[in-house]
Amino acid sequence: MNLRRVVVTGLGALTPLGNDVSSYWQGLSSGVSGAAPITRFDADKFRTKFACELKGWDPLDHFDRKEARKMDPFTQYAMVAADQAVVDSGLDLDKIDLDKAGVIWGSGIGGLYTFQQEVQNFAAGDGTPRFNPFFIPKMIVDICSGHLSIKYGFRGPNFVTVSACASATNAIIDAFNYIRLGKADVMITGGSEAAVTEAGVGGFNAMKALSERNDSPETASRPFDKDRDGFVLGEGAASLILEDYEHAIARGAKIYAEVAGGGMSADAHHITAPHPEGHGAIKVMKNAIEDAGMPASEIDYINVHGTSTPLGDISESKAIKEVFGEHAYNLNISSTKSMTGHLLGAAGAIEAVAAILSIVNQEVPPTINHFTDDESFDPKLNFTFNKSQKREIRAALSNTFGFGGHNTSVIFRKFDQ
Amino acid sequence: MSEIAQKVTNIIVDKLGVEESEVKPEASFTNDLGADSLDTVELIMEFEKEFDIQIPDDQAEQIATVGQAISYLEANAK
Repeated sequence: MNLRRVVVTGLGALTPLGNDVSSYWQGLSSGVSGAAPITRFDADKFRTKFACELKGWDPLDHFDRKEARKMDPFTQYAMVAADQAVVDSGLDLDKIDLDKAGVIWGSGIGGLYTFQQEVQNFAAGDGTPRFNPFFIPKMIVDICSGHLSIKYGFRGPNFVTVSACASATNAIIDAFNYIRLGKADVMITGGSEAAVTEAGVGGFNAMKALSERNDSPETASRPFDKDRDGFVLGEGAASLILEDYEHAIARGAKIYAEVAGGGMSADAHHITAPHPEGHGAIKVMKNAIEDAGMPASEIDYINVHGTSTPLGDISESKAIKEVFGEHAYNLNISSTKSMTGHLLGAAGAIEAVAAILSIVNQEVPPTINHFTDDESFDPKLNFTFNKSQKREIRAALSNTFGFGGHNTSVIFRKFDQ
Repeated sequence: MSEIAQKVTNIIVDKLGVEESEVKPEASFTNDLGADSLDTVELIMEFEKEFDIQIPDDQAEQIATVGQAISYLEANAK
């Protein structure tokens, strides 16, 4: 079966490091932390009092009041990031076949803020149900792709993928596959998350998943450091426009990179803990490399899941050594979560954008906040600690793993006609 | 404008994102002020909250214009 080639022709990003693609890359390449004390709510009684929130975010800069009220923040972020990507792609919506244009978005949770608010209102009352009629359509996780299809008139494949922190990578792989199979010419994909709420922080705190380094938020996310103590919650969105290669060439589109392949696997092990030997992580990277039909030795950069949790970082680094063998020492590894925090279901989207920009700029963004080596990690692996590194990047792989044992990897390759 | 009429107008301006000058007594929520069925439900709920009353469904269905809302509330508000 002949599969079509798929290229990336538009990017959008709304991140804790910056509210567009260029400021996001500026933050990544210069090694800036997006963490700061929580402003969304009073976190005084919470074990973790900081997060990687968006900076200078006001929905009314992007939506009128009526529109803004009908969207949970996770949808607002999606609309803004996707719009940047559509504009960036230069697509002329009057000239494309809208029946072959679709939206596949990813989010781990959906409208957590809306859910929390409505349930709080109900609990504070006398038991009379007075739920807002927009409660359900604001909260449900699939509403993002619905809003995007309405805005752009895209009538092709349309849904949202949910696989916790792997959600957006699943969305990207699905969008890639529909184009490869000829079911769509153009897809808006990506992911968004807005879980910096009392329920989000309190819930992850209860699992002891979050860093509690309240005296130094900006150094709290420290993947692969001996003193890492959990992830830092982030929020935001990123979007990619994926397009059939011929379609992109025919309209003279600018091409950032080619989507080379995607892989999926499950740990089949535990609801939240990674497999200690990284079996699922090994399998998923192998699947992606096989799907791309390229030698593993052409991958020069791995944007790891690397959340800064004690166990996850170890199993992932073991998996990389297993999959890449000697080449593991030639490639660069970095966790951009050291800067952005962990955007949960949107992580795969902002990290795909980081991987693509690393190819465009031939520069590996760093794993910041490295202070103390941990003997659990092979010292010959290059984690790109503290400072970005210029180097040849022929292809970059992005890993994301989610609670439930979901694993996803996607590979982007430098575009070559 | 009565106090009730002013409150009703403020709610409509807020929820439907329209200009106060558009909120005329004869204006229909759906035909003139851009409300969909969910917006209309939300408006009724806001009236209930603001005026501390319960509007039964069969009566809520009769409230389709600004003027009808004001008259209903002037007659029924506590």
